[in-house]
Amino acid sequence: MASATIDKPARWRGTLGVLASARAWIFLFVLLVVFELWSQIAYGTTFVFSAFNLRSVSVFAVAPVLLGLGQTLVIISGGIDLSVGFTMGLAAVIAAQVANDVGASAGVGVGLVAGIVAALAATLIPGWVNGLLIARLRVPPFIGTLGMYGVARGAAYLFSNGTTVPVNNPWLTFLGNGRILGVPVVVIIALIVVLLVHYLLSETLFGQYTYAIGGNRQATLRAGVNVRRVTILLYMLSALTAGVDGILYTGRFAAGAPQAGEPLLLDSIAAVVIGGASLFGGSGTVMGTIIGALIIAVIQYGLVFLDVEPFWQFIAVGLVIIVSVLVDQSQKRLGGGRQDE
Amino acid sequence: MSDVASDAPVLETYGISKRFGGVHALERVNFTLRAGEVVALAGDNGAGKSTFTKIISGVFQPSEGEIRYRGRRVSFDGPQAARTQGIETIYQDLALADNLDIGGNVFLGRELKTKFLFLPRIDRRRMREEAAKAIAVLDVHLDRLDRPVRALSGGQRQAVAIGRAIHWDARVLIMDEPTAALGVPEQRKVMDLIRSLKTKGIGVIFISHNLADMFAVSDRIVVLRRGVVAGERMVGDADPEEIVRLMVGQ
Ligand SMILES: Nc1ncnc2c1ncn2[C@@H]1O[C@H](COP(=O)(O)OP(=O)(O)OP(=O)(O)O)[C@@H](O)[C@H]1O
Ligand SMILES: [Mg+2]
Repeated sequence: MASATIDKPARWRGTLGVLASARAWIFLFVLLVVFELWSQIAYGTTFVFSAFNLRSVSVFAVAPVLLGLGQTLVIISGGIDLSVGFTMGLAAVIAAQVANDVGASAGVGVGLVAGIVAALAATLIPGWVNGLLIARLRVPPFIGTLGMYGVARGAAYLFSNGTTVPVNNPWLTFLGNGRILGVPVVVIIALIVVLLVHYLLSETLFGQYTYAIGGNRQATLRAGVNVRRVTILLYMLSALTAGVDGILYTGRFAAGAPQAGEPLLLDSIAAVVIGGASLFGGSGTVMGTIIGALIIAVIQYGLVFLDVEPFWQFIAVGLVIIVSVLVDQSQKRLGGGRQDE
Repeated sequence: MSDVASDAPVLETYGISKRFGGVHALERVNFTLRAGEVVALAGDNGAGKSTFTKIISGVFQPSEGEIRYRGRRVSFDGPQAARTQGIETIYQDLALADNLDIGGNVFLGRELKTKFLFLPRIDRRRMREEAAKAIAVLDVHLDRLDRPVRALSGGQRQAVAIGRAIHWDARVLIMDEPTAALGVPEQRKVMDLIRSLKTKGIGVIFISHNLADMFAVSDRIVVLRRGVVAGERMVGDADPEEIVRLMVGQ
């Protein structure tokens, strides 16, 4: 047991460990190669080397990335948040309505700020209630957030009278569709949120405790960590990223829709899983989730681009989820981790 | 060995009872620990040893009774309260976060911090190095410090749990079967460690199923049987047969 030198098998395992974390990257790369070849052969045009396509895919990826970020935090802690889709819808309709109403009397700028503040503040309520249910009343996360899924859904439809709310605030639509130096504003905002969450998760006590709770909640409690507070904050953050997502959605489509996030819930969980997190908690990274969301976005956009029946998207994403988990399992057996007995 | 121990009790309990639903895990337990004293808690499985230590370490609240620590009545509303006052615990189940590395576990709840530019961040490198030093006391060395403790052997994991408890300046150290997973040389190291803690004036509560170990390091043996103190003997006056009789109740 030499402490200073790394023996050969250890280094070998180290390399495999790197490969394991690179798994999602490799997936993405292979996907891009396949789509490029397909596009060249079938249509004689490039898929990857088109600024338009790159921009479209990145805009496509924003929604699952943002929902996936909150989901990543919650999943690492051993939970899950099923309510994010309709929390996003609630934020979308509130942002649209408040931006319109306040904007009409106080001007476009004030309207925008009011819309954003109101939408984000509103999302904190379902997030906080989720946290209370799970951290304080020990409701299983799946059940607690499933209940909140229903409540947020109803609230979003009630608030909007069951329809979409058209937006007449040009600044809000600029957030959704504008570009700065050729880069879509939604992508810039998403990148800022990504950096914040990455910092939070990898460098702060809050992030460390998120992993610790997912690894062994009991041990984290005994170490004196305020597990309740961390857990409540996690669900509030998850709701907050959903809120940002809802605001950007409203800007992008110039309308707030209560069902804005409905199809995104499963995408957000899929992104986290493809990114290498375990649904049992304790593992996962922001980078992994981003790659996972990009893989989903490339599949969805790419198949449309290649004129494939849209229903194939579901099959393709489903297969990627299954294959990536299978690859994960086999790599865990080879590299580093402890094997099952 | 009792000459080393000072007379002022560092920890006392009076009439501690604990019920889990209908289960009476502890019944009116009176207990005293002096600075520099090693007290072994003996008793068969389910006697209430771990429950008693968890009440002292703030994990459980007693159903009845009181705890006095350094002369003052205390009630710990959680493990943090006990730890900040100097009571460290090595739990029987080790209480490790398997997905964190050794540094993350030893410093769980008390992470070391540094700064990157103006941003605060966790100092993982220093935590690893300090943690490696803590377990080196037991002669346990790891070839890689960055792996999650899930990948360590049972004995290495136990060393991490011990290292965590001894890294901090405790006045009272509770060790719930600290040697169960260790090899013979490492067990000896733990025994040496307990003796050196004793000379530093730390009070140690030592739980073991190994009578030889109990007699080797402790000053006093308290026997629990079905949640009740069945007897208490100074090590010098007792023989193993007698302790066993107290444990089984004959
Ligand atoms: N969290 C709990 N909830 C309910 N009952 C418990 C709990 N912890 C312990 N008990 C009960 O309390 C009694 C004493 O258990 P305890 O763990 O203190 O025994 P022990 O002396 O440490 O035994 P061992 O030598 O097996 O570790 C047992 O009957 C056990 O079932
Ligand atoms: Mg026990």
